[in-house]
Amino acid sequence: MAVYAFFSFLVFIYKGERRRRWIYFLQTVSLFATQFACFIQIIAQTGSKRYFFLLMIQSLVLISTISLFRLVYPDGNRLIINNMCMLLMVGMIMITRISYGKGIRQFLIACASIVIAFIIPEIIFRMAFLERGGWIFAGIGIAVLAILLIYGSVANGSKINFRIAGLSFQPQELVKLIFVFFIASILSRKKDFKTVVLVSVIAAMHVIILVFLKDLGSALLFFVVYICMLFVATNQPLYMIAGLGAGTAASVIAYRLFPHIQQRVAAWSDPWIDIDATGYQITQSLFAISGGGLWGLGLYGGTPTSIPYVEEDFMFAAIAEELGIVFASCLVAVCMSTFLMILLEGYKIKSIFGRLLCVGMGVMYIFQVFLTIGGDSKFIPLTGVTLPLVSYGGTSVMVTIIMFAFVEGECLVRTDERYQEYLKRKREKMNERR
Amino acid sequence: MKDDNKSYPIIFIGIAFLLLFISMVSYICIYAIKNERVMFDNSYNAHQQLLKTQNTRGTIYSNDGQILAKTVTDANGNETREYPFGKVFSHVVGFSVNGRSGIENLANYYLINSNATLKSKAEAKENELKFPGDNVYTTLDVDLQETAFEALSAHKGAIIVTDVKTGKVLALVSKPDFDPATILNDWEDITSDENNTQLLNRVSQGLYPPGSTFKILTSLEYYKEFGEDYLDYRYNCNGKFVSGNDTIKCFHGESHGALDFQTSFAKSCNSSYANIALQLDRAKFGKTLDELMFNADLPWDMNYSSSTATCDENLSDGDTMQLGIGQGATTVTPLHMNLITMAIANDGLLMKPYFLEKVVTEDGKVLENFKPSEYKTLMTKDESYFLKNMMEKVVTVGTASRLKGLSYSAAGKTGSAEFKDSTSDSHAWFTGYAPAEDPQIAVTIIVENAGSGGEYAVPIAKRVFDCYFKKSGE
Repeated sequence: MAVYAFFSFLVFIYKGERRRRWIYFLQTVSLFATQFACFIQIIAQTGSKRYFFLLMIQSLVLISTISLFRLVYPDGNRLIINNMCMLLMVGMIMITRISYGKGIRQFLIACASIVIAFIIPEIIFRMAFLERGGWIFAGIGIAVLAILLIYGSVANGSKINFRIAGLSFQPQELVKLIFVFFIASILSRKKDFKTVVLVSVIAAMHVIILVFLKDLGSALLFFVVYICMLFVATNQPLYMIAGLGAGTAASVIAYRLFPHIQQRVAAWSDPWIDIDATGYQITQSLFAISGGGLWGLGLYGGTPTSIPYVEEDFMFAAIAEELGIVFASCLVAVCMSTFLMILLEGYKIKSIFGRLLCVGMGVMYIFQVFLTIGGDSKFIPLTGVTLPLVSYGGTSVMVTIIMFAFVEGECLVRTDERYQEYLKRKREKMNERR
Repeated sequence: MKDDNKSYPIIFIGIAFLLLFISMVSYICIYAIKNERVMFDNSYNAHQQLLKTQNTRGTIYSNDGQILAKTVTDANGNETREYPFGKVFSHVVGFSVNGRSGIENLANYYLINSNATLKSKAEAKENELKFPGDNVYTTLDVDLQETAFEALSAHKGAIIVTDVKTGKVLALVSKPDFDPATILNDWEDITSDENNTQLLNRVSQGLYPPGSTFKILTSLEYYKEFGEDYLDYRYNCNGKFVSGNDTIKCFHGESHGALDFQTSFAKSCNSSYANIALQLDRAKFGKTLDELMFNADLPWDMNYSSSTATCDENLSDGDTMQLGIGQGATTVTPLHMNLITMAIANDGLLMKPYFLEKVVTEDGKVLENFKPSEYKTLMTKDESYFLKNMMEKVVTVGTASRLKGLSYSAAGKTGSAEFKDSTSDSHAWFTGYAPAEDPQIAVTIIVENAGSGGEYAVPIAKRVFDCYFKKSGE
């Protein structure tokens, strides 16, 4: 795992996908070595053969994902795909260890998402309408959330699941995608003051509805994503500062207004006081993180199930406990390298829509990682978002995979841009010669 | 055109998140590793239960390697914790069921973990046994502990014996006590009755009026303020001291006649000390008390209560007189008295008291060796000499005369603390050290409701000192 993480940063030193090829190869090798080692441990601890078959199938799927992607999209960014597979793999191992049934389900959803993901880069490459759908996206996003709000006030729950054909479905995960598209498409075309205000109002509406849905994590996520995208689009630090200021003010007001926010903050500042109730989750998580030591207790060596909702919100704690802090830190490093690569793609691309899309997706991803890991470790108050790709949760995994696929799509756009430029220059040269 | 394409915000965002993550990961690592021990000992931590199923709890040894607590596994794999000395070590070694106390709690982290070699772990696995937990050697001395235990006999009370130069706790007795082996069965009886204090460790948790032992502190303050002028102090005792409406009587109304400072202390004359207390600067006295850890935390690894003694310029004359002789609202634990005695005996420097000598794996590998550590200088060398001098006089001409003329020379201070206003009932106190010329151990004793310190506490001290010097003489 450490080897893998090391390579995922080494990638940045070498420019050009071709020169990075050997790194990717070694990455893939270490990925499968990690997977193999973990499964050996699982099989040794449980003595059950079914895990062996699972190992075979999973490696097969991951191998075919990595190699097929290379065949279909030779111009895509392979670091992102490799990292995605790595995170998926770690997540599936941990979930399988916690609950076999859930592990299988996670695996099936991941497979389905990967299949969808293969089409997406092509979609974004061919269909320009996505770029122009701005207000429609806004409408859809608000509508979905509003329905949730009405439905939620009836069902009285903070996390709303729609059950469709036996699969639970979390609509706000999908809204994340739509939200990024909405901002990217509008701000890529107009960035005068009026538009900015209008977009801000609609973005704020998203956030406010999410706060009312008691989904604080997502609310914060949307807010930060919006601020970052606005900053990139306008190149105006003033907007960023104003946005952060407004955000701070809004948080203070929200803290005063909502008792459940106060509860979260209290549980964060001193979880030991109310260890039986509000502080229980976080203290159990801290026990897990510290109990694992540097190298972990080994799979099945710890007690991750003592943390409520471990497979959704506290994956990081479970990983730190059984696989060690070193492993967990490397995992974070892999997330970071994914993010930086997405930003790099965004930096290189010329289309402003593509750039905004990359930034939005990247920030959406990394900030979610930050919220969940920070929450698990008492670095920030707990917000209850999942660790993308690693945590259990069908919609979340699917949306994140699709998100990465969109970024890959933008890579294609970028390569195309370069190609067009190359052709143009060639033509110019030809003209000169004539 | 190239410049046009550069986006500084993206670089900014990238760097911002990178820094955020670096700080978060380092926070996690530092926090987790630094607090590992604390979190492990938290009773909500499921890892403990996990280790219990993997490892056999380690053994607790005395300073000479006698077993104080050991887990025995029978043929069916049932474990019982055995305490070979029964009730003798009940409070200090403690128990490990229904929560934990004493050293069982203090050393839990070591006892429950196993650092046995791979070889012996493999052997254990082969024989389908649990891994042997690590063993702990304590500073406790079996002979001293048994002597103290027997000397207190059926009385309620507490005894603590410490090594003044290192801070080692050699013996700790508190009565009433309990049988750690049967505590699970007795639990209901012990906890259902609110007045049952069997589980209370009186050494560190029992708050008593200090009585005349507090005169050590009153004297110290007098010396701080008046220095060598104490030699000129004279007082004529007629059995009571009157100031306004307040009267202080000497113990049993005895009149001590003409006294100087040292004889006032040696004979423990309440009237003289009421007189002394009124001459003190009350704000300064309050500060001195705070410096000597009153109303504050003590360097003690087990549960304890903080002593209370307050003094400021608003304290009335009556209360000041009461404070001067250790009565009134003032309360102190035997532990605290012992810490002060330790500091006096060690030239003013208090060594941190400790229980654990070393942690050793089942295979005999030493994992951790605990060294004495300095806690705080409570008084100057000069002040400690002054007090030592006075405490020696208590033995040679004063209330602790039963310690006179022995093969060793002891020093100390007695106390007879009245705890009810109307009756003459009193707790018997003694706190002192020996040998006087080169102090090695400090002993503090309280016998509840026994009578005067000179009559009831001093003989116990004598037995403890006898035991110690007989051993070291051998």
